[in-house]
Amino acid sequence: MTPAAARPPIKFDILKTRELGIVLALAALVLYTTINNPRFLSGQSVRDNLLNTAILAVMATGQAVVVITRNIDLSVGSVLGISAFAVATVMSDHPGLPMIIAILVGLAVGAAAGLLNGVLVRYGKVPALVVTLGTLYMYRGITYSWAGGSQVNADELPAHFLNFANDNLLGVPWLVLIALLVVGATTWVMRNYRVGRELYAMGSSPPAAELAGIKVARNLLGAFVLSGALAGLAGVLFAARFGTVDASAGTGYELNVVAAVVVGGVAVFGGSGTVWGAGLGALLLTVISSALAVLDINQFWQQAIVGALIVLAIGADRLVAVRIARSLRKRDAHV
Amino acid sequence: MSRKFATWDTAIIALTVLVLIIASLVVDNFGTSRNFTFMVLDLLPIILVALPMTFIIVTGEIDLSVASTLGLTSSLMGWFWNHGLSIETIIPLCIVIGAVAGVLNGFLITGLGLPSLAVTIGTLALYRGLALVVLGDGAVADFPFNYTGWVTGTIGGGAVPNVLILIVVLALIFGVILHATPVGRSLYAIGANAQAAHFAGIRVARTKFWLYVVSGAVAGLVGVLWTLRYSSARADNGAGLELAVVAAVLLGGVSIFGGKGSLPGVLAGVVLLTALQNALRLEDVSGQALNIVTGALLVLSVLLPNLISSIRGNWQRRKLRQSAA
Repeated sequence: MTPAAARPPIKFDILKTRELGIVLALAALVLYTTINNPRFLSGQSVRDNLLNTAILAVMATGQAVVVITRNIDLSVGSVLGISAFAVATVMSDHPGLPMIIAILVGLAVGAAAGLLNGVLVRYGKVPALVVTLGTLYMYRGITYSWAGGSQVNADELPAHFLNFANDNLLGVPWLVLIALLVVGATTWVMRNYRVGRELYAMGSSPPAAELAGIKVARNLLGAFVLSGALAGLAGVLFAARFGTVDASAGTGYELNVVAAVVVGGVAVFGGSGTVWGAGLGALLLTVISSALAVLDINQFWQQAIVGALIVLAIGADRLVAVRIARSLRKRDAHV
Repeated sequence: MSRKFATWDTAIIALTVLVLIIASLVVDNFGTSRNFTFMVLDLLPIILVALPMTFIIVTGEIDLSVASTLGLTSSLMGWFWNHGLSIETIIPLCIVIGAVAGVLNGFLITGLGLPSLAVTIGTLALYRGLALVVLGDGAVADFPFNYTGWVTGTIGGGAVPNVLILIVVLALIFGVILHATPVGRSLYAIGANAQAAHFAGIRVARTKFWLYVVSGAVAGLVGVLWTLRYSSARADNGAGLELAVVAAVLLGGVSIFGGKGSLPGVLAGVVLLTALQNALRLEDVSGQALNIVTGALLVLSVLLPNLISSIRGNWQRRKLRQSAA
């Protein structure tokens, strides 16, 4: 099957994408901050920003896919926690294991957690909000019971595992490469492959998708497993980057992830938005928080800004949707 | 008639009574009057926030920002106190600020037509963030004893806590409104079918708007009570309380899809949740491990009725098929 060539290309007009707004906001923010403090664009600062974005962007990718199907996964922060603790425990018990095993362990733990979410949503007919709010606390509780107050310190972890966060390939840190790969590949699949378009269709109208013969159950489970697996992968990256892992790793991350996705132009009503937009949203949130530090603004403002951005983004989405609906009606009237 | 007795809320009330009896027989110190006082104090924030939350979920919406509103009013209470306002001014002011937080939610949801889930996730972050801006990671602790003492005290030094009066009065008011007034019936109508309710002359948007205002005001009041109970105004007060509240409401038989549920069921749900946590804590189960129970109960409270109704549906279909044959 040739995915792109066989059918008319999906319209891609850079000036009309919603992502343009984020790019402009990002540019304005970077410009303003750099004028105030030129070191904001120094190599180290850019590197830190990208490393901090990587973990958020990986999680935002899975969340974007789930939100596009008109669902939500609030358990990602807890999945990161359980995966980070599992991987750190495995690596400190068996220091000889290669990095790829650590990544596979994280992906597997996350995928299992995501599968449970998906099964409860699809077969238990429980709304995703309720399921993932419940598993948010269950997965976190399991991690706390497992850790029992202990933590894995950096000196218990093998060097090759910790170095992974700092190592580069041609000057680009591995963490950033992995994030780019995840965001890029998922964007590509969502845009050009059948399963991607089916996921959009499910979000636009769940009953219509079912009637159209889309394998809704399989796709929905896939979306939740992907979100869980990527949160699990984020757990591996978290453990490698910070070295010290306790049971509270990733607490509250779900808010930032949802914010990144919503700010990135993925509509909470499902059916629209792009994965790379969510990646940009993650970058914007990270840059905002480091800009606050550079501009010497109280760090406590960060969470309030995240909240305000979520509200603004869904408000803007609504505005766009209303305008599109109006222009569509006008066009129909002319015909 | 027999079906009437087998509803989820009567089952949960029976289960609550059963758990209370078993716990007082099996768990040491569970049935003591001291523990009763503590349990009522633990119950207080969940039960008060659950009252307006029940109304909101019955209309098919949700408010996840309540715990953050609580944190914001707690923070502001400390800030006002540090700036020399009298406690008699601060308390009504905090309730009004809670109501204002509800006005913003209500405006975004009913005025702009945004989904309540997304809006209140946003304001959850926003209000908690503002709480942090107000007080940072500091705490204010020197509130007057006649107020902090009243919240933790009991009637005449006995076993019945003073705050139980507050719980009973508010629960009665909310219960009467929901079950014995046209306003209450209209909430069920909105939750069952908002469009039909609109055509039946119910002011859907206005009703929902006021529910969010009330929810905010109650969260503000609970912020005050929380601060007085622990004599500590902190920005992170009540973090995560929204989960316990939503879990209790759903456990009490209110449908997350709206249109179904009763306040006695919700009260039983709150008591069940609190009693379970209290009993497990007396058995030395750690607080974080308790979250497994809360989370599982939340999922089960929606999963079980779904399973039961689908099994019942299958059974009826089979019976129909048999009678047809």
